[in-house]
Amino acid sequence: MARDLDRFVYMDHAATTPMRPEAVDAMLPFLADRFANPSGSYRFARDARRALDEARDQVAETIGCRPGEVVFTGGGTESDNTAIAGAVRAAGGRAVCPAAEHHGVLHVVEHLGGTVVPVDRVGRVDLDALGEALDDDVAVVSVMTVNNEVGTRSDLAAVAEVVRLRAPRAVLHTDAVQAPCSVDLREVWPHVDLMALSGHKFGGPKGVGVLAARDGTVFEPLVIGGGQERERRSGTQNVAGIVALAAALAATDAERDEELARVGGLRDRLVGAITAAVPDSRETVPAADKVAGSAHLMFAGIENESLLYLLDQAGVCASAASACASGAMDPSHVLAAMGVERAWAGGALRLSLGRTTTAEDVEVAAEVVAGAVEQLRTRSR
Amino acid sequence: MKVLVAMSGGVDSSVAAALLRDAGHDVVGVTMRLWGGDSDSGCCSVADVDDARRVAQQLDIDHLVFNFSEDFDARVVDPYVAAHVAGTTPNPCIECNRHLKFDRLAERAAVLGFDAVATGHHARIAGDGEGQVRLRRGADRAKDQSYVLHMLDQAALARTLFPVGEFETKAELRAIAARLGLRTAAKPDSQDVCFITSGAGRAGFLSRRVAFHPARVVDSGGAAVGSVAAVELVTVGQRRGLGLSGGGPKRFVVDVDRSAGVVTVGDETDLLVESTAATRPMWVDGPVGGPVLVQCAAHGAPRAATISSTPGDGVSVTWTERARRVAPGQSVVFYDETDEYVLGGATAT
Repeated sequence: MARDLDRFVYMDHAATTPMRPEAVDAMLPFLADRFANPSGSYRFARDARRALDEARDQVAETIGCRPGEVVFTGGGTESDNTAIAGAVRAAGGRAVCPAAEHHGVLHVVEHLGGTVVPVDRVGRVDLDALGEALDDDVAVVSVMTVNNEVGTRSDLAAVAEVVRLRAPRAVLHTDAVQAPCSVDLREVWPHVDLMALSGHKFGGPKGVGVLAARDGTVFEPLVIGGGQERERRSGTQNVAGIVALAAALAATDAERDEELARVGGLRDRLVGAITAAVPDSRETVPAADKVAGSAHLMFAGIENESLLYLLDQAGVCASAASACASGAMDPSHVLAAMGVERAWAGGALRLSLGRTTTAEDVEVAAEVVAGAVEQLRTRSR
Repeated sequence: MKVLVAMSGGVDSSVAAALLRDAGHDVVGVTMRLWGGDSDSGCCSVADVDDARRVAQQLDIDHLVFNFSEDFDARVVDPYVAAHVAGTTPNPCIECNRHLKFDRLAERAAVLGFDAVATGHHARIAGDGEGQVRLRRGADRAKDQSYVLHMLDQAALARTLFPVGEFETKAELRAIAARLGLRTAAKPDSQDVCFITSGAGRAGFLSRRVAFHPARVVDSGGAAVGSVAAVELVTVGQRRGLGLSGGGPKRFVVDVDRSAGVVTVGDETDLLVESTAATRPMWVDGPVGGPVLVQCAAHGAPRAATISSTPGDGVSVTWTERARRVAPGQSVVFYDETDEYVLGGATAT
């Protein structure tokens, strides 16, 4: 039974976004004729080097940092690992993060024997608890800019104040992987020392990311070798991926304000339609606390694996918590950290909207979700 | 028919999926994530999930993964550990069938609109011509798994398919998988309990979950003859690992008194009993009494007995010829006198 992959409603932009045409256009020449290694010593290589340097300028401009502070990596998780493990290895001491971080941060902190601090009802780090967990021994604090599951925005200015006061030796890292479509990174960068981005979350390709590292921030590289990226990330640069990432980031930055209004309006309609149609449903985090593209909902007494199957059958792409290595849904550590009761957390649904989402998508998704929840409730004992 | 086929990542369920697809059914494969810890195929058995998914792709059917690990812990693993603590001998595969495959999964399949759940078990479901269905041994007697399926009643059997039950040899089944180019064609059959690694074994698994207690080993007269470090690992019928001196007749565990810390050994005749009491009966088509054949292990030889119900949800099994004592906790499964059809089963006490 051949699957129709052309007709579906894509509501999983937080998992990955479709590539922007300008990103595809930007990368294609480097997959074909302009294939040189940017470290070469001939004119042909200098062409690739120039593309790389221009991309670095573009990314720096979007973050509001200096070009030399931009390190290209193999993705968001690598950037998070480099920042956290690298800071601990360079300076010694503990890593600290909130309990609702992405596994790319949380598992690194746990692996290093660090400290995990509680979050509040919307998933934002508890600043008092954070302050209590900090001391002179702390090497790095990592707090995400936007939560990947429930969409909550952090107040990094407030976090930075606590960190500077209580852990003067620590560097502050932010996993900003979910941020570029919704947050002007220039407003975040002044508060942090390190920032991780992932190309495919804003219309770039997968397998390429950024670690912005403020000059003077000391961290050990994760990947050691030929000394590319000023010794901070060895390995021949993924030139095609990097130029595409830069093109996507610049385009995302340019249309952000306009997109936020449009996507936010669609999200409000989607959430309004579903919560009106489905009894015992709730929006997990109020719109005021989260980014425009995030519609995270919970349906009491539903199993999200069943819900996702029915949505898939109806051509709606959505997600619940994070999938484990086997592809099974694990109970959400984010909702658990927020103190959400199991009866609700088991019926969590993450719909995430983005650049390609249309009003028609929203209508279809709302109808399909309401119908699926109804089916599950009627047929279950 | 819309069929959800449980794909473990082994060759039997791979072929089951292929046969259903070729029979024209609307087939979706599902792999249950049951155990979140170490297994012989890696953490969460990810390698087996990979095999199942790849087979589903090759067959061009959808493949899902359902996470039932919490239910598996609560309904299979925790009771397995508790049984050892209580001094009984659990059968986790039967509990998994009872609570996971033919309850949790079957119910979800029904909710999602499937007409039936299929598995790669070697057993057959046949109509009796009078509107009822019967559970029959697999055609390949060496691979027959009807013993672990005895809990299926009429309602469950009506919504269950065992597509590979008619195969008389495993070679035939592997040949089909090979012809379809499935990567599971030559995969070895799974052995033993899925959540226990061959490295750590049962002792290693239990040692991380319960405290072991030493016990005296005594003969039928009460004289001390040996000792064991962990009474939790001792099973009725066991011969080895009892700290007994060599020579003399073979001696078997005939009784385990967990609370007193005493293991009683005797010769084979001390192990023989007239009857066996069992509880929690499950019937394929309603309660049965009278002469039957009784199987007490997954591949044990059936023995003749007469069964009758006893007060309070019990069954008494009276052996035609005195039989070895059945370890408490083990399933006794009743077959008709042709030794082909399952009538039901119960748990030895």
